[in-house]
Amino acid sequence: MTSTNVPAAAMPEQKSDKPTKKVDSDRTRAENRLGQKLVAPAIVLMLIVTAFPMVRAIWLSTFDYALTAPDDRNFIGIQNYLTALTDPLFWKSTGITVLYMVVTVAIELVIGFIFALVMHRVIFGRGIVRTSILIPYGIITVVSGFTWQFAFSYTNGFVNGWLPFIGDDFNWFGETTPAVIAICISEIWKTTPFMSLLLLAGLAQVSEDMIEAAKVDGASWWQRLWKVIIPNMRAAIMVAILFRALDAYRIFDNIFVMTNGAVDTQSISFLTYRQTIEQFQLGMGSALSVLLFLSVLLIAWLIIKLFRVDLAQARQEG
Amino acid sequence: MTNHSGDPASLAPTTRRGSRRSARRGLATAAALGLTATLLAACGDDGKPVLNWYVNPDGVATFEKWAEKCSTDDYEIDVQLLPSSATEQRTQLARRLAAEDSSTDIMNLDPVFVAEFANAGWLQEIPEDHWGEIEGDVLEGPAETVTWDDKVYALPLWANTQVLWYRKTLAEQAGLDMSQPVTWQQVIDAAADNGGTVGVQGNKYEAYVVWINALVQGAGGEIVADTEKGRDASVEIDSDAGRAAAEVIQRLAESEAAQPDLSVSNEGTSLGLMYPEEGPGEFMVNWTFAYKNYADTVSPEQLEDLGWARYPQTVEGEESKPPVGGIDIGVGAYSENPDEAMAAAQCITQKDAQVELALTDGLMPSTESAYEEVISDGSYPEDLVELWRTSVDEGGPRPESAFYALISGAIQERWHSPTSVDPDSTPDNSAEYLEAVLKGEALL
Repeated sequence: MTSTNVPAAAMPEQKSDKPTKKVDSDRTRAENRLGQKLVAPAIVLMLIVTAFPMVRAIWLSTFDYALTAPDDRNFIGIQNYLTALTDPLFWKSTGITVLYMVVTVAIELVIGFIFALVMHRVIFGRGIVRTSILIPYGIITVVSGFTWQFAFSYTNGFVNGWLPFIGDDFNWFGETTPAVIAICISEIWKTTPFMSLLLLAGLAQVSEDMIEAAKVDGASWWQRLWKVIIPNMRAAIMVAILFRALDAYRIFDNIFVMTNGAVDTQSISFLTYRQTIEQFQLGMGSALSVLLFLSVLLIAWLIIKLFRVDLAQARQEG
Repeated sequence: MTNHSGDPASLAPTTRRGSRRSARRGLATAAALGLTATLLAACGDDGKPVLNWYVNPDGVATFEKWAEKCSTDDYEIDVQLLPSSATEQRTQLARRLAAEDSSTDIMNLDPVFVAEFANAGWLQEIPEDHWGEIEGDVLEGPAETVTWDDKVYALPLWANTQVLWYRKTLAEQAGLDMSQPVTWQQVIDAAADNGGTVGVQGNKYEAYVVWINALVQGAGGEIVADTEKGRDASVEIDSDAGRAAAEVIQRLAESEAAQPDLSVSNEGTSLGLMYPEEGPGEFMVNWTFAYKNYADTVSPEQLEDLGWARYPQTVEGEESKPPVGGIDIGVGAYSENPDEAMAAAQCITQKDAQVELALTDGLMPSTESAYEEVISDGSYPEDLVELWRTSVDEGGPRPESAFYALISGAIQERWHSPTSVDPDSTPDNSAEYLEAVLKGEALL
């Protein structure tokens, strides 16, 4: 069971590095070259559509540049970064973003896993069950945001009426805590299906033989879940957490729709949006988006290191 | 969120690639269709150039009528609707203009956008001969809003202002002589002592800045001066005038006259408290639309009890500076048909259009001559129209700056909520913060 988790490819590969190179025949090399040529147009296109804006953002971030005062543009080096990193608002937004990420990913993991189990095991009405679980994911986030905003509204929503311990005139968007809860619920409702899809793919990888063997050995359902199923889909779980965490860190739509950043619910993406789009501060906005990009990289690196995620293995390439 | 860049590689790669390819093809088709549509839109059915007029959603029916009236044999004017929030209107127009959009010909601009748009080079200058013709007729307040760097960049269409609306019975009960100028202190005390309330705009949004700006100007000060210096403008809110403004806000917030939703109140929330089921009603500062709103909704006896007076004074004896708002018409700098667009803008802002907007939509004119006609029409009480005209003429606009969004945002950030305003610390704090934000040393 545990053998699947060992990054088996790493060690022998280093040793066999040289022999592999020798093995390359002319034909393989020719094929490689052809392959590179075939990929080249795609890479050029990617460079144009992704690398150019990224480089431009880095370039812009070194300027004091407002769209409404194009003549006053001047080079200020890393000043925008220093300003952002020493500003309490930046850290407050980062804190709330991390909170969104941790809360939504944790809850989505649990609910998503349950959904994945249901989708995996269901025998009757499989199509209907799978479809209904996946529907929220097909709904545009902005629409989901509006839906939940109406649901939580104290004037025409139903949430206050349904919850016994909450007054009918309770304003969910009037204070930070309830507003964050409302935003998280909308976010969770919308993206749990994505999580369960990833986990379903992992569940499908767990060999039925092992589960059968455990059953024969007298393992209860709970034991099978924790000792057989979950350890064997570790890679899938980690990939799911990784993708969702990176995604959750960039949360924007729900905040934009539900509170517009009021009562301290503003995430890092939203702060960037405000600088760039609302205030036309292209320099500062670019600096913030570069910082956002770096923090996403950092989170990805941390998750991969901390949980030793092997992406190759998750794709069954190991 | 809608875009999961990291799709799980383990999920059927072939299907994914296939769907991506078809998505791309779909996108290309959509783009091609969109482009064709745009190209078509640039020319009318009969080959005449089409001028796009971006309007905010107030009085759209009248705008459409005038778009038709002002269309000529040489061009056609097509009305395009902007979002209802002022921030979004500004963002949408700015995005187009920053991309040098040649199809943005004519646009309705909130007065505070004029300076920043003009400074960015997005607006055509109004020809001197046309401005020379109308300058004498345009009221002082709106004329100030269209001027930037000693040049004129927009034509005032309609002008808005705030007055003090009140229940005559409440003022009588309080013994206030409303024929004389009243101060904020008098109004707040009168309401508090007689079970009434005072309606203002205290939510964290632009109208709260309108209130603060009027209070500061009413005390002879300014939030920011030398705004043409851009980021180096001098922040003046930490002054006696700033403190006087903070005192008024604090007095109201701590008074029994404060409405329960003070910190989220807007132009609409206090309307209903003029004629509450219980209590004597309110004093309220609000825009001109309030009159038509009450005229359409309350009984004639109730309307008889509605009074109006000039915006209250911040400091006793110093003339108040009523807020000035409204809509100015700008002509896009990148328009494909700049001369036609300028001619159309002049046609749209003519006297008859202004009078019609006033009479059908309650949007008051920006010129003397149009006001004369509105008065002679008799749809509004004459003294009310006179009061509006004086208010617009003697009112104070908000700071004109290429960085207005920063100024407004920083003030909202430090002055909200009204219940937290303290004359000893708020003006000082906000001045420091505003200065840092303007210099790019603090985030907003």
